[in-house]
Amino acid sequence: MLLKIKNMEHIISLLVENKSGVLSRVAGLFSGRGFNIDSLSVSPTLDSTMSLMTIVTEGDERVLEQITKQLNKVIDIIKVVDLTEKEYVERETALIKIHTRPEDRAEALRVADIFRAKVVDSTPHTYTIEITGDPKKINAIINLLRPLGIKELVRTGRIAIGREEFKSAAIQEKKRQTA
Amino acid sequence: MKLTGAEIFIECLKREGVKTVFGLPGGVVLKIFDVLYDEKELEFVLVRHEQGAIHMAEGYARATGQAGVVLVTSGPGATNIVTGLVNAMMDSCPLVVFTGQVSTNLIGNDAFQEADIVGISRPCTKHNYLVKDVNELAQVIKEAFYIATTGRPGPVLVDLPKDVSMSVAELNYPEKVYVRGYNPTYEGNKWQIKQAAEAIAKAKRPIIYAGGGVINANASEELRELVEMTQIPITMTLMGLGAFPGNHSLSLGMLGMHGAYATNMAVHNCDLLIAIGSRFDDRVTGKIAEFVPNARIIHMDVDPTSIKKNIHVDIPIVGDAKAVLRELNQILKATANGNLKDVRYPWLKQIEEWNVKHPLTYTQGEDIIKPQYVIDMIFRLTRGDAIITSDVGQHQMWTAQFYKFTKPRTWINSGGLGTMGYGFPAALGAQKAFPDSLVICVAGDGSFQMNLQELATAAHYKLPVKVAIINNQYHGMVRQWQQLFYNGRYSASRLDGGPDYVKLAEAYGVVGLRAKKPSEVEAVLKEAIRIKRPVLIDFHVDPHENCYPMVPAGGAIHQMVLEDPKPEQKAEQQRVEKEKESILPA
Repeated sequence: MLLKIKNMEHIISLLVENKSGVLSRVAGLFSGRGFNIDSLSVSPTLDSTMSLMTIVTEGDERVLEQITKQLNKVIDIIKVVDLTEKEYVERETALIKIHTRPEDRAEALRVADIFRAKVVDSTPHTYTIEITGDPKKINAIINLLRPLGIKELVRTGRIAIGREEFKSAAIQEKKRQTA
Repeated sequence: MKLTGAEIFIECLKREGVKTVFGLPGGVVLKIFDVLYDEKELEFVLVRHEQGAIHMAEGYARATGQAGVVLVTSGPGATNIVTGLVNAMMDSCPLVVFTGQVSTNLIGNDAFQEADIVGISRPCTKHNYLVKDVNELAQVIKEAFYIATTGRPGPVLVDLPKDVSMSVAELNYPEKVYVRGYNPTYEGNKWQIKQAAEAIAKAKRPIIYAGGGVINANASEELRELVEMTQIPITMTLMGLGAFPGNHSLSLGMLGMHGAYATNMAVHNCDLLIAIGSRFDDRVTGKIAEFVPNARIIHMDVDPTSIKKNIHVDIPIVGDAKAVLRELNQILKATANGNLKDVRYPWLKQIEEWNVKHPLTYTQGEDIIKPQYVIDMIFRLTRGDAIITSDVGQHQMWTAQFYKFTKPRTWINSGGLGTMGYGFPAALGAQKAFPDSLVICVAGDGSFQMNLQELATAAHYKLPVKVAIINNQYHGMVRQWQQLFYNGRYSASRLDGGPDYVKLAEAYGVVGLRAKKPSEVEAVLKEAIRIKRPVLIDFHVDPHENCYPMVPAGGAIHQMVLEDPKPEQKAEQQRVEKEKESILPA
């Protein structure tokens, strides 16, 4: 019997020591064990001794269990949360530099406007557009801008945060009462 | 009072209870060696190659259960210990390894003898540190020992730049240590342990599969209690041998690629596999899809990543083997009913039948020494009252098969990494820890030549280790695979040009002995044991002897090759093979 193993995308949030070498411990763990990193972003937290890493990876349940366990084992990693296990909000920012012919400039601005993107730099032949949103939104604007001529594209990689739980708990409580 | 980094280093080691440091000096660690010059409590063992130092530290650690300590210089000194780090990582061996580093202002400049050992060793240590400030030194050393020796033990490396050992600071040795990202689980989940107890009570054909984790957790007594109370037969991994007495009637010895026929059959046909401190290594499981097809699996391990890494587990228990077994034994004791000897009888009888059918054995003739005979004789002469180390290959497997280890920490060898050249320095480390114990290294002629320079260390420190070279003039295991799977094309496995080991020993001021005939083996071994000096014994053994049973790589463990294939036996072999494939009815 062939079982189709479903590879799911997971967003893992890592609270780590803000020390040199930690990123390479995490990256080395992924490469050494054959796991994949789709995107990664790192920045310090409010407590400057710690950093937060957001890693997007994929794998079946078994692979993800190994990834989280292995990450937990790294001494400089303080906490591992698989955000995909619950409700979360994710965002990504992209800076898109487009090469515009005079007749395309209005179209570029229209597209930016539709997506609530901002023009953050402009020259007679280029616009640089800043867009924030979930990855689908960013992919959509890229697809629309591509025919105009994308010169450069930078994406931050995803960041994500868990939705506060007491709200959903309160909603459930309300549902129970109405039921 | 302010101390130099070098003085702080030595002081911290002493406060950690370190007695012996293995290593070799070099430019950037000279300040530390200068302090060592006056040191009375710490003994430094000067090796002849850094790889020897780290294997000695491993031998020391395995024999004592305490962290082995290494001090080497930067660059090549540091890179020479990498094999040992990986070895210690794979075999969960507690080590704290100090490497010198060029001064902090030179790091990254390709300075003389600079190597990024923190980068190099990152994937092969449990954790590592670069000390950038002398004020952090004491804290780092404290953390290093704590991390190396707790949870699943492993090697920790501390890189010490030259200016850190030269500059001065107050000694701030922390009495307590807390690492916020490190919190090993010791107590097993009570509910899970109860589930395990229930599964054990229900099982008809249970088997315990114990690994090195039992020895690391000092849980042999608890294991013995479990085995004797439940009458469950027990098999051990290569690393687990000694966790339970090998001469006990319920011991089935080692399982896996070179496990005994009855042992592998018992594992294959069990209905409950109780894994304790073992990790379902491929040399144990063979073809994983066909491993224990009819069994539920209980897996206890202190390292959560070991559980469900290779195989699905029904009852996972994360915890220290000692704590978990205590709890389990208590539950089992409270709920025990009936005479388990009667309950277990059919299962044990079945295993005994398998054993009678294909016992672990060899035939010693008159003319040529069988390697197994040497191992057998070592066991007969020591009765298990010795520390045995080995290198890697056929001789290692024969030792695991024929030497019945009766106590934990008496069997020291390289399991996970399979490091040739490990056994001899490991024996020296174990001997250093236990100067009055009989320490015997069973070596292959191929393996021994990888670290034979340590004969000088043995002579220098008068470490009375006995090295029994099982000399078959081949990389024997390679030759065996070539014979069985590559049509006897012995590519690069024959060791022509080996030295005269007796003369070699004498050149180092070590006693050299030789046995060429079976009749000489016992006398030579007795003589070696009698001499209170290092002895190198050259046993000329049958070069074509193979290690059986053998599970071909990738095969299921119940499908063993039991002897050299002979054409006329092929039909019979096939019939046996078929029979082996059949699984006992549930």
